[in-house]
Amino acid sequence: MASQVQAGQAAAAGRHGAAQKYYERFDRVDRVMHAFLMTTFIGCAVTGMPPLFSDHEWAAGLARLLGGFDTAALIHRICAGVMIVVWLLHVVRLFTDAIRRTGFLAMVWGPSSMVPQPQDIIDIWLHFKWFVGKGPRPQFDRWTYWEKFDYWAVFWGMAIIGGSGLVLWFPAQFALFVPGWFFNVATVVHGEEALLAVGFIFTIHFFNGHLRPEKFPMDTVIFTGRIPEHELKDERPNEYRRLVAEGRLDAVETTAPTPWTLTFGYLVGGTAVILGSLTVVIIVFSVIT
Amino acid sequence: MRPFLPLQSSASACTHQPVRGPGARAGAVAIRAGKLTMIGVTIRGLAIALLLGFAATAFAKEAPVAKEPAAAKTAAVASQKCIDCHSQAEPTDKSAAGKSVLLDPAKHAKSLHGSGKAACVDCHAGEEMRKYPHKSPKPAQCESCHAKAVKEYASTIHGKARAEGRMVAATCSDCHGTHDIKPTSDDAAKTSRANLEATCGACHGNEKIIREGKIPGGNVSALYHDSIHGRLLGGNTKAKDKVPVCTDCHGTHDMRPKRDPESAVSRANVPETCGTCHGKVKKVWAGSQHGKLRAATVLQAPGCTDCHGTHTIADPKTPKWQVGVIKECGGCHTEFIKTYRDTYHGQVTDLGFARMATCASCHGAHEVLPKSNPQSKISDQRILATCQACHPKANANFVKFQPHANKHKKESGLILYYTTKFMQLLLAGVFAFFGLHTILWLYRSLAEMKAKRARPAQESEKH
Repeated sequence: MASQVQAGQAAAAGRHGAAQKYYERFDRVDRVMHAFLMTTFIGCAVTGMPPLFSDHEWAAGLARLLGGFDTAALIHRICAGVMIVVWLLHVVRLFTDAIRRTGFLAMVWGPSSMVPQPQDIIDIWLHFKWFVGKGPRPQFDRWTYWEKFDYWAVFWGMAIIGGSGLVLWFPAQFALFVPGWFFNVATVVHGEEALLAVGFIFTIHFFNGHLRPEKFPMDTVIFTGRIPEHELKDERPNEYRRLVAEGRLDAVETTAPTPWTLTFGYLVGGTAVILGSLTVVIIVFSVIT
Repeated sequence: MRPFLPLQSSASACTHQPVRGPGARAGAVAIRAGKLTMIGVTIRGLAIALLLGFAATAFAKEAPVAKEPAAAKTAAVASQKCIDCHSQAEPTDKSAAGKSVLLDPAKHAKSLHGSGKAACVDCHAGEEMRKYPHKSPKPAQCESCHAKAVKEYASTIHGKARAEGRMVAATCSDCHGTHDIKPTSDDAAKTSRANLEATCGACHGNEKIIREGKIPGGNVSALYHDSIHGRLLGGNTKAKDKVPVCTDCHGTHDMRPKRDPESAVSRANVPETCGTCHGKVKKVWAGSQHGKLRAATVLQAPGCTDCHGTHTIADPKTPKWQVGVIKECGGCHTEFIKTYRDTYHGQVTDLGFARMATCASCHGAHEVLPKSNPQSKISDQRILATCQACHPKANANFVKFQPHANKHKKESGLILYYTTKFMQLLLAGVFAFFGLHTILWLYRSLAEMKAKRARPAQESEKH
């Protein structure tokens, strides 16, 4: 409760224009990667849904709106290509970071790692307890369990959808070393996993990241890269304490986001949320009918 | 234009007079029956008295007989007296039935009958017509000269409908005209190739008549007009003179309803009828599985119209038709269309794009044969070449792809089956867990916010 009171104070201070400290959560490369990931994901989702729901009226209309089969397929493949490059660059960056700065252990273990830790299991339990009013809100560190799930869902999703997509894109080349049933499996996996990814990102991820009451309508941190001090203390108290203890807090302190980046964040993020939510509404409607 | 009113009839024989809509040709507005009660001659309506039972069978002849020149002269002289009066009538002069009694002598003179081959009274028969004023004149009749044609007509769908009292059905004058009758070979004839679409369309293209007369088939005239046959007929290519008009498929005086096995458009006879022009295609079809089944008297097996439609026959080169016909195949092969729609081929064509393989791309169209037949496009011997038509680099592995795999059945492969099951479980699990997670979180967050709003005063006091 104490942290929430602090947060309230800090928020009040921020609103009144007093000096508000900001810390860097996502660096420039993270933000650019996310921007590419986001646009190409929406591109793939919008062009990929019509074939998946081909028996619905809206699907044919959307396909025509996208410029017909050839254009839609081209957009889908350009977006897919860019996404695969982003994915590869991310993997390369993981390793170069590990080699240059953090070491491999920090990549796979500890608070800065994306690998699930025992603490995450405890956090899930505590979070649910808090949901039902049986305990305090858990104290999170840099990456919460749902953020890790988001990350791995996308990581695994890109490998699975990307891999199966390539098989379907170049069937004759893959047929040189895979059996015929592989294409049947790739078709199923590509569609189902895409449905999972689209459904997950446009509902769960949007809620966790943006639409829940604390963040509504938008958390711009992924666009500005900056998290205000009160939010860091309130939402990630363990990270804050750790940074203080390690004496690294000053190192990650940064300037306030410029109005331009904030507006940009709201605009781009808002567009994505609206487009995504619309897609979900259509999918849910289609699955039900 | 005001609709023509039904004629007043004092005849007991006739109880129903059809109302023709504004689109109907004036010439088609024949007097169906009934006696005209006052002075005046019905100039229109050569037709049909025979069907109502007062045909002058005594004058029946076996076929139209050209009159001898002397007789023709007599006919012309005899008719001149009628023409003298009726050509001078005012357009407003009407018979008791409300029909104009005006005759255009020039038009009549150019007609087949007006050239002196028939006298007015040959059609407008009866002693009554030789007297003036014409008391209770009889409707015009054709049978005295065209007995054979009239007999044939009685066996057609039109003739039978009339015999049943459905007076909306066409009679002689509806198709051939009245005072303007010309030989079919004459382009100006109502029955010429050029005019037949409009002639049949006067009823079969008139929504009001179709609706009120409950004419089967609907607006087949409009459908035909937009079909590949209709388009070519209205076009400027050589095909203009070859494409079928209504009567080429349906016949003329042998026109039968399609449920009649004798009909040229009956289910059994359609391939023969289409084959008169599309002989090569018919031969290929006859060798196909569909054709073989037909030969084995399995009438359910598809013939031409099951895939191509009847009046809607489209250009098979258009993408719209190519993707549309898939539904026709799927109408019988219900399992196969479901599994086809699970593939990228089926999905893209479902969206209306013909770039992907349709049924015919793999199975062939008219030549469709079962996989077991080496001649089949999907036989082990030919499948590679079939796939290579679109995928030039396809190899032996490639053609092992199952274009009709059922992911919900183990027979299509255990890996596919269990992968599908796994994916479904994964989706259900993720959405169930995070669905609950989200709902609970939303509930808690809203509760926290409400609590926070309830105590802002306390908080500001603490500062």
